[in-house]
Amino acid sequence: MRGFPWRETIRTGLLGSVVALHLSLVGMVEAFSRREIVKDVVTLGQLLLLLVVLVAGYLAARKAAERNKAYAIIAGLIVGLIIGAVLAALALSIKPLHLRQVFTNASRGLVRVLLFDKKGMAGVLTLLAVMGGGGIAAGLLELLPNHVRRPLLYALIATLTLGLLRDIFAVILPRSISRFFYTSSGLTVKGAVVLAVAWTLYFAAAERWGQQVRGRLEALPPEKQKPLRLGAYAIALILLLVLPKLLGERGGYIFEVLDIVGIYIVMGLGLNIVVGFAGLLDLGYVAFFAIGAYTMAVLTTPELPAVRQYIPPMDFWEALPLALLASLLSGIILGVPVLKTRGDYLAIITLGFGEIIRLLVISDALKPILGGAQGITGVARPHLFGWTAKTPQDFFYFILVAIAIGFFISVRLKDSRLGRAWKAIREDEDVAIAMGIDHVATKLTAFATGATLAGLSGAIFSSKLFSIAPHSFNILISIYVLSLLIVGGIGSLPGVVVGAFALVGLPELLREFAEYRMLVYGAALVMMMIFRPQGLWPETLHAEEYARRKGTSTAKTATAGARE
Amino acid sequence: MWERIRVRLRHLSGTDIALWLISVVLVVLIVVGSINSLTSGRYTVRQWMDFIIFGLAQGGVYALIALGYTMVYGVLHMINFAHSEVFMSGPFTAYFVANALDKAGYFDSHPIISLAIVFVVAMSVSMFVAVVLEILAYRPLRGSPRLVPLITAIGASFFLQYTFRGLYGSGVKAYPDIAMLHGTWSIAGLNIQKTLVVVFIAAILLLVGLYTFVQKTKIGMGIRAVAEDQQAAALMGVDVDRMISMTFAVGGAGAGAAGVLYALIFKQVHFFMGFVPGIKAFTAAVLGGIGNIPGAMLGGLFLGVFESLGPSLFLEGLGVPAAYQLKDAIAFTMLVLVLIFRPTGILGERIAKRA
Repeated sequence: MRGFPWRETIRTGLLGSVVALHLSLVGMVEAFSRREIVKDVVTLGQLLLLLVVLVAGYLAARKAAERNKAYAIIAGLIVGLIIGAVLAALALSIKPLHLRQVFTNASRGLVRVLLFDKKGMAGVLTLLAVMGGGGIAAGLLELLPNHVRRPLLYALIATLTLGLLRDIFAVILPRSISRFFYTSSGLTVKGAVVLAVAWTLYFAAAERWGQQVRGRLEALPPEKQKPLRLGAYAIALILLLVLPKLLGERGGYIFEVLDIVGIYIVMGLGLNIVVGFAGLLDLGYVAFFAIGAYTMAVLTTPELPAVRQYIPPMDFWEALPLALLASLLSGIILGVPVLKTRGDYLAIITLGFGEIIRLLVISDALKPILGGAQGITGVARPHLFGWTAKTPQDFFYFILVAIAIGFFISVRLKDSRLGRAWKAIREDEDVAIAMGIDHVATKLTAFATGATLAGLSGAIFSSKLFSIAPHSFNILISIYVLSLLIVGGIGSLPGVVVGAFALVGLPELLREFAEYRMLVYGAALVMMMIFRPQGLWPETLHAEEYARRKGTSTAKTATAGARE
Repeated sequence: MWERIRVRLRHLSGTDIALWLISVVLVVLIVVGSINSLTSGRYTVRQWMDFIIFGLAQGGVYALIALGYTMVYGVLHMINFAHSEVFMSGPFTAYFVANALDKAGYFDSHPIISLAIVFVVAMSVSMFVAVVLEILAYRPLRGSPRLVPLITAIGASFFLQYTFRGLYGSGVKAYPDIAMLHGTWSIAGLNIQKTLVVVFIAAILLLVGLYTFVQKTKIGMGIRAVAEDQQAAALMGVDVDRMISMTFAVGGAGAGAAGVLYALIFKQVHFFMGFVPGIKAFTAAVLGGIGNIPGAMLGGLFLGVFESLGPSLFLEGLGVPAAYQLKDAIAFTMLVLVLIFRPTGILGERIAKRA
């Protein structure tokens, strides 16, 4: 074993152990182990730990493979065993050391999950075997050539995702098919195998021929590309419109989730204009959402005698323009004082605004108008030609229209004169002013447009929920929206959708996730900033910029190396 | 003379006028409210003094937290948004130590030693969290655009918050009762709660200690050199990375101690305890001119008193019902106003210009 990178391997193993310990003690492992991915084979909790081993093992193996191919597997094995040993030590020490008194999640349930439902030594050996096996698998993965590794990994991810999303697919699919693939929780074993094989074949084919197909599409003249693209959009749109009818009663839960995702997409599109286009980091964005929601609620509810003695309750369509106007105006009003501040101070000021609005809403001082801590019920619902929206499916259409409006505004503004002015302000405010851009008007329109979209989203939200309470409008909402923008790719419109589905849709579907939502968001923000600041689906300009920056930094290290 | 005013007026933009109007309205509101309250005689002089003393004690806590914000801003020019979680982590962990000491009866037999142990534990945990945070999250991002570290810090803040929630649970916990701190002392004709006196004195001692550390020791000199000019400091042989870590360590220790004091005043620790005091302390840091250490201390004390007096002094005077609920709103309003009208702070203009 000459030249084996002992230090790196052990360090990676210990780092992986810290992550695994964190996941276990925070309670994620135990909470997630209640969700089975493949019936009686693997749970989400076990998968989480295996994922840690796979990633850590892969990193160590890549380092070791530089010396000798065979070292990769050994490095993976060592990493797996280290993590396994640390977890075993945790499982065995919980009871004698009374760890439960400090760590609420160091429970007997956790021990059971860690030791695979076995007692004592048998459990420890199983744990070590599984983790070691995971490590070896990671080493093997490193040794595989790229065109084999990628389809395998993608197929694995796709299969596990389908298992994770059982609650959707088991409902959507016809009975007979769903019974083949799914049990009461997770995939069936034969279903998992069939899916894994099918996905592997698909991804292998995509790996082999995908590039050619894409190349041929791009080689087409632009006038032929356009109808193809429009056709694809049209099919997607028709699918979306027909979907609620297709699923009927069964779709209630799915549309509940889709509605929430949609509401966040509208908010995300608005914040994207403020943060993504104009570069103004707004942490109090929830305030505009709240203003839209509260205007809608206050104007339409039959409650609140203090308001009702002046204005009779309105219906949805009368209140909606007023709600939009209120949020637009508040965008301008809050925008004026912060015009002169920049960057991080702006972020903190807007955070302060958001909190002030929340505190005012909760306080007894404004209770007669805003309902205080209990909130307001009896918000009007939208109606059209005698038909009133009630179910999540009905609201889905309204939200779809709102998203379409948001997209339309964003697309049209992005490359307009105003959009380019925003971009200029984002890149360098002083230069933009020197070039003759009216920064006051430019910034205020960004705030106002973003606020209006948030207001629209809030108005629909309060109408959909029928009642609103101040706790729905805390700072966390601003952070959710910011996170989905950053994960999707700041400034990028498809990124907003991707981010909303990943960060809002997934936690809604996996209820056990809810408690760890902010934990994951926080980690995601940090990791994205460090490893992929341009986001999952970056805007073209940002993508180019990061590619260029990477190029210069390697060039810099190259010259630095040459100097030494 | 008139010529100059005319020129000034011609250069006045709409935003300036709007800002000016806002500030005039606010000043008028505060003055009217205060006069109403003071003339109505709803509170006696003794009650006002109580408000001030409480304000000083909590202001000392804010000042200790603000130290960390201001020092980190000094060396890295970033708002360490996660500092509020550094503040929470120490006392939340030390709660278990305090509890164990209490169960062993040690708190009754040796109260001072026990408290010292609790302080040491809290300070070291907070210090550890702050240093690890810097190494793992902030160090890889040095030199990236301004918003990148801020977003990272926001992410780290929530990550830490929910990590501690996961580790220790989401319930509100209270430090054991310390018999020594019960009751009041009468000083100069005033009956003052012992806790407040102890907290205030401890905060001042810690502030003086940390300030002396930064001013007199070699490490402190290194920190100040890095804050002044990172490249020049590196050329003079200062280990910049180590000094930045030390900055986080000093700030973390201050925040950990502040957390224990906070827990002594408000009798509670929980995973979300950092958010509001953190923002207030940041306000204090800006108030004193961010990057300026004595400024942060004074800013903290001022904010503590202002917040303690505010609801009764001018909100009740204006006829706002249940004004105490708006205590935090006062602090946040103060934050917004300071950042808008005087981002350079009251004491310092050294670094704030770049903001």
